[in-house]
Amino acid sequence: MSDEPASTLLAGVAEHRVGEHLCKVLANAAVNADYRHLRLAAPPAALTARPGQFFHLLCPAGASGTPFLRRPMSVYEVNAAAGEIAFLYKVHGEGTRALATLRPGDVLDAAGPLGRGFTIDPAWHRILLVGRGVGLATLAPLAVVAAAQGIGVTALLSVRRPDLVMSVALLEAIGAEVHVVHDADGSSEVRAVERRLEQMIAAAPVDAVFTCGSARLLTLLQRFVAAHGLIGEVALEQQMACGLSMCFCCVRPFRVGDLVEHRRVCWEGPVFDLMEAMP
Amino acid sequence: MTDLSVTIGSLRLANPVMPASGTFSEALADAIDLDRLGALVAKTVMPEIRQGNALPRVAETPMGMLNSIGIPCKGPEAFIRDAIPAFKRFHPPFVASISAGTVTAFAHLARQVGEGGADVVEANISCPNLEADGHAFAVSAAATAHVTKALRAATDGPLWVKLSPNAPNIAEVALAAEAEGADAVVVANTILGMAIDIDHRRAKLGAGMGGLSGPAIKPIVLRMAYQCARALRIPVIGCGGIASAEDALEFLIAGCRAVQVGTATFRHPGAMIHILDDLDTWCRARGIERIDDLIGTLEPFEAPRLPPGEDLAAE
Ligand SMILES: Cc1cc2nc3c(=O)[nH]c(=O)nc-3n(C[C@H](O)[C@H](O)[C@H](O)COP(=O)(O)OP(=O)(O)OC[C@H]3O[C@@H](n4cnc5c(N)ncnc54)[C@H](O)[C@@H]3O)c2cc1C
Ligand SMILES: Cc1cc2nc3c(=O)[nH]c(=O)nc-3n(C[C@H](O)[C@H](O)[C@H](O)COP(=O)(O)O)c2cc1C
Repeated sequence: MSDEPASTLLAGVAEHRVGEHLCKVLANAAVNADYRHLRLAAPPAALTARPGQFFHLLCPAGASGTPFLRRPMSVYEVNAAAGEIAFLYKVHGEGTRALATLRPGDVLDAAGPLGRGFTIDPAWHRILLVGRGVGLATLAPLAVVAAAQGIGVTALLSVRRPDLVMSVALLEAIGAEVHVVHDADGSSEVRAVERRLEQMIAAAPVDAVFTCGSARLLTLLQRFVAAHGLIGEVALEQQMACGLSMCFCCVRPFRVGDLVEHRRVCWEGPVFDLMEAMP
Repeated sequence: MTDLSVTIGSLRLANPVMPASGTFSEALADAIDLDRLGALVAKTVMPEIRQGNALPRVAETPMGMLNSIGIPCKGPEAFIRDAIPAFKRFHPPFVASISAGTVTAFAHLARQVGEGGADVVEANISCPNLEADGHAFAVSAAATAHVTKALRAATDGPLWVKLSPNAPNIAEVALAAEAEGADAVVVANTILGMAIDIDHRRAKLGAGMGGLSGPAIKPIVLRMAYQCARALRIPVIGCGGIASAEDALEFLIAGCRAVQVGTATFRHPGAMIHILDDLDTWCRARGIERIDDLIGTLEPFEAPRLPPGEDLAAE
């Protein structure tokens, strides 16, 4: 529990679903060579974030000035009892490099929670999560919430190198069955993953499939879901400006029957029907 | 409380702060109280159903952004059926922004949205004029006069004409809009710009070029708003890079009757509410009772005074 309550910029935010929260940084430590774990003290309105939703983070000044636009980040953990939210992010360009400079005690402006999260049906027995790289950051809270509702979790994590794998402990702690594949030994190749998934669901059937982080895995899972008569969802990314549905910067194409329709990642998503998504 | 009300032609606004077209929707009610705003301005609607431009549609720049959204649109019928009632649930006057490629289509659309319940028609004349080699109406005084005249004939309600900073002489274009019956001009839309990804040697925007907005453009647009306000009798609404009460005050002192806030809302969803609160605080601290008293109060420079001890003649 943080000693100081986090505050909120917007007047009367209690009545509003989306707040501009000024959160105190509790930790921002490197997890491995590429990724960081950012923990924030968050006010109650931010703690309503559901798996798959995101916050829009206002980056501090970095080496090349202050990034003008906010950066979208999926909520990785919500600890309502402790009043904390956390993100798992990859240091990539200007904005995330600036985020990496945050120190405990600094204040970060996080707008949210935003977007539409994952569907969870308490009647399900088991779900399958397939994540690539930082896509896992988006899927991890889904595993936690599903497990808390008594739904079994099978997870396949695909990474470039074995040393970049994250959250295995977190997933195993909630009783998930975890499989790791990587590029170094070829186990992350599409055909190998497909065979692996067949074995996994033969051993423990699933009701729904969720993925994030790879266009290749999305295409594979669309085949897989169709072949097995399953349902599924995918969390997608796109460059954003407003994060609130207003600017139409973050659209992506979706297949709806014979038509292609544009939808906003920030508003209709970032979680979408797996079969309608276009890689 | 300061009296923040202003009048734009026949319309009285509770305060001079409203969103800019394309940077706002009723979804912002999730974050702020829309009833506090001076007016509500919708995204531009066009006569036809459009998907918008190729991706990427946004590129970050120092203190601003480039966009090439391209006005995706579900058409006027869907706008009148779905969007207008959604905005009319709130109290502030509702401004429908419209655009079209021909004068006839423009005028028809003005009549449609007027009859559909819009309190104000804002004509976004920065789109290509298909009858004039695709140059925007707004870059020519003659084309602006032509389209404004047709719009005036098509609607009895308040008509605002939104100008383009890409015009070679914006005050001349503004005068043309005034002469043909516009009730106000909005100064201005985005400034045409470009950014290149040097590693891939590709434009950062899918459309190649796009509109620059945000604090980066404020000094340029402020100058234009000032030039228009000096030249016109009808109200000028300032728009470009406004992110704080201080920014808004610059535009008001330069002669603008109201301001529109666009990109600032992307950085801070609460930007317009903060501007309103801070305008009130600023005025109260100075004993200014009515914001109206500030409008167009730019003081001329006095003859330069030299610090004591210096003497020009000594040079
Ligand atoms: C809904 C959503 C959730 C996300 N969750 C996570 C997460 O949990 N962990 C994580 O590491 N990353 C996540 N991302 C990706 C993250 O937003 C980008 O890596 C980040 O914006 C890159 O910013 P930068 O300044 O470091 O990179 P730059 O390349 O310098 O960014 C330039 C511009 O492009 C945008 N951009 C670049 N890459 C992406 C991308 N992949 N998606 C969207 N915008 C991008 C930036 O926001 C910025 O506007 C998520 C993206 C979305 C849309
Ligand atoms: C993403 C985006 C979309 C826009 N769409 C429109 C539009 O549909 N119609 C219009 O008249 N102006 C549009 N504009 C221009 C704004 O209304 C405004 O004139 C401009 O951005 C300058 O103001 P700002 O610096 O406060 O954003 C758009 C601007 C942005 C950033």
